[in-house]
Amino acid sequence: MTTNRSIGNWFKSGTPWIWLNAAAVSASMIMVVGLLALIAVRGLAHFWPATVYEFDYLQPDGQQQRIIGEVHDSEIVTRGRIEASGVEVPGDALEVERLLVKTGNRDLVGLDFRWLLEPRVQDRDTPADIMVVERYEWGNFYGFLVSVKQEGRVVASGDAAWQALQERLARATELQHRIEDIEKGRIGDINYAMEKLRLERRRLELEGRDTPDNLAAIETRRERLQDDYEVLQQQLGELYGQLRRDSFLATVMDGREVEVPLAKVVRVYRPNAMGPVDKIGFYFAKLWEFVSDEPREANTEGGIFPAIFGTVIMVILMSVVVTPFGVIAAVYLREYAKQGPLTRTIRIAVNNLAGVPSIVYGVFGLGFFVYFLGGSIDDLFFPEAQPAPTFGTPGIFWASLTLALLTLPVVIVATEEGLSRIPSTIREGSLALGATKAETLWRTVLPMASPAMMTGLILAVARAAGEVAPLMLVGVVKLAPSLPVDGNPPFVHLERKFMHLGFHIYDVGFQSPNVEAARPLVYATALLLVVVIVVLNIAAIAIRNRLREQFKAYDQG
Amino acid sequence: MNEQTKTHAIDPHLVERREVLDISREDICIEVQALDLYYGQSQALKQITMSIPRNRVTAYIGPSGCGKSTLLRCFNRMNDLVDGVRIEGSIRLDGDDIYSRSTNVADLRRRVGMVFQKPNPFPKSIYENVAYGLRLQGVTSRRTLDEVVERSLRGAALWDEVKDRLHESAMGLSGGQQQRLVIARAIAIEPEVILLDEPASALDPISTLKIEELIYELKSKYTIVIVTHNMQQAARVSDYTAFMYLGELIEFGDTNTIFTNPTQKMTEDYITGRYG
Repeated sequence: MTTNRSIGNWFKSGTPWIWLNAAAVSASMIMVVGLLALIAVRGLAHFWPATVYEFDYLQPDGQQQRIIGEVHDSEIVTRGRIEASGVEVPGDALEVERLLVKTGNRDLVGLDFRWLLEPRVQDRDTPADIMVVERYEWGNFYGFLVSVKQEGRVVASGDAAWQALQERLARATELQHRIEDIEKGRIGDINYAMEKLRLERRRLELEGRDTPDNLAAIETRRERLQDDYEVLQQQLGELYGQLRRDSFLATVMDGREVEVPLAKVVRVYRPNAMGPVDKIGFYFAKLWEFVSDEPREANTEGGIFPAIFGTVIMVILMSVVVTPFGVIAAVYLREYAKQGPLTRTIRIAVNNLAGVPSIVYGVFGLGFFVYFLGGSIDDLFFPEAQPAPTFGTPGIFWASLTLALLTLPVVIVATEEGLSRIPSTIREGSLALGATKAETLWRTVLPMASPAMMTGLILAVARAAGEVAPLMLVGVVKLAPSLPVDGNPPFVHLERKFMHLGFHIYDVGFQSPNVEAARPLVYATALLLVVVIVVLNIAAIAIRNRLREQFKAYDQG
Repeated sequence: MNEQTKTHAIDPHLVERREVLDISREDICIEVQALDLYYGQSQALKQITMSIPRNRVTAYIGPSGCGKSTLLRCFNRMNDLVDGVRIEGSIRLDGDDIYSRSTNVADLRRRVGMVFQKPNPFPKSIYENVAYGLRLQGVTSRRTLDEVVERSLRGAALWDEVKDRLHESAMGLSGGQQQRLVIARAIAIEPEVILLDEPASALDPISTLKIEELIYELKSKYTIVIVTHNMQQAARVSDYTAFMYLGELIEFGDTNTIFTNPTQKMTEDYITGRYG
């Protein structure tokens, strides 16, 4: 009896509900924190210089083999599973550990990851002079430095070789930068100008103004560009010649000596010889490369700057489009439209738009924006570029418009909410001073509703920045040759295709030639996407809070 | 202390004001003729006919829901904002029918200012609140604005309290200050008539007193129409008083007569507190 009553009282007191609520909140928090921690640990650990081991490995055929590489992963498997695949396991343990070792040197041995059975590892060592070479092609190279060569002649070997290699690599990197500057920068500009000239000439022909004078003018400009181009081409040739001068010789794990030209090398380091300070320095250099550089090797190496840039520009463009549209629609619905069955229906329709799967918007964007609008724009304004499409092809502008459409309901609903919260006394106060309805809206009501508009925009940004599916149809590509904003007039190129972090994750994770090597980058990119969205949101929230501060007195109302 | 002295200062006015008033000798500002007002099916005002004299304070008293605020809001066509309102009869401001088709409502509201029950300053600076009406009229000259803002704030007896923080938010003022700011905002555009809809009902006694003093000051320049629940207030500030009940005008006359010698039994009952 007493127990029953006390349990009854306990239920009545509400304590169980409080515990239930607390438990639900805790579970959510653990999930969020766990998710972030997982992608952070997996992603950020990738840039740390891992220890490189030298294993003595007993092959199943009884031969000793030297294997050099980083331990990438390890797992415990049952003896049966391994024996079923025809591999003999020494010892009698029921479960054995196996290691996934990244051995690199893909160009020499074909595969750059292999599994080692722990019981077969006879010995493992971490020699300080193992060298890791990051290359522009073929992934990492692991080996011992033998000598450094200049034009085929050995200039340094033994202990002096490492020092010489560092110096010569610095020179090679400097040359690489200059080459890149010319190729991407100046030759890129010339190509852009040449293309413009071609289009200008084509336009003259189409408009029937291709008089000899006009054509000659274009021809002289083209020749001037061509001359510039040839000068640059010659400089490039010289630079490439200088770049090819040096190489180094190294032994790899099977004992072969391999010559690697320095032109192919990004950086060399000896992780086993590095102290903690060196490692931290290296770590941040790699991290910086990741966020500021362009991708290499089918996106599995290098940085993801174009994807960050593309994501941010796309979200900004989307905001610029969706805010005025949503606000104007909400103002009409709330302030001017006669409230009745029709406005109710429109409101329901708008709310339902928010529930339409995003890929459907992608299909609509492709059909309406890209093919119909873009095609018409091409016909009207860019006939000289035909048959190549200018706007009639997926691009950042259409992607932004598609996402603007996707997020429009959020902005409309939030703005309407804000407008309905403004007290009628304020409107009456303004009207009583001789303001018209439009003046009242413009001078008083809209500024007061601006925090609500910002709330809508925040929700829109949060949704748009993470959206991938529709973008794949309307403008995202695996690798964009140029950024949507650059130094060539008109500076903002709305017709260009762009890279996006969300799509980059999918691409690196599932479409890359070397999924195992790229997996940490998937986590790192995911983390970065979260960071970008958080930063965009914080910016918007900061603006909203400033606005709220201004209209504080009415916000509780 | 200061408040105390002001309380004393007002008394002579109140006594002195008891001159003999006669509506037939007044210059009429607003003339209401057989006014009926319907909210949908229900009639809120029934055959109101009365004249509001210029440069006098006219008070409306009566129990809640008697239509005094509705009538007040007819004078600047604030009722236009309510759906389903229908008005018959006429209201003339200086002889012009304000409900005629040719009337520009914004112009009318510039001539007939209004102050509401709850202070409703805009969430802008004090300066911008007062300058709002002028900016609507397209005044941009800094000098003109400065002058008008100062004159209006002085007119509303607020200048000394806010002159050092004109560009701070008006939301930081006290309720009484906000209400005087709203009055300053109304007089900044130089209306002919100021409508006050229970302007002191949300204020403490000291702020109420200041508003009443202000009303007394303002009537030399403006025609003032005030709705109030507080009969002492009506007695103190007004020259003429109208008593309304259930949408009808029961009695209208000079305040002295209404309060001391009403002709209608209903008025007497209300004033002596027998109902309402």
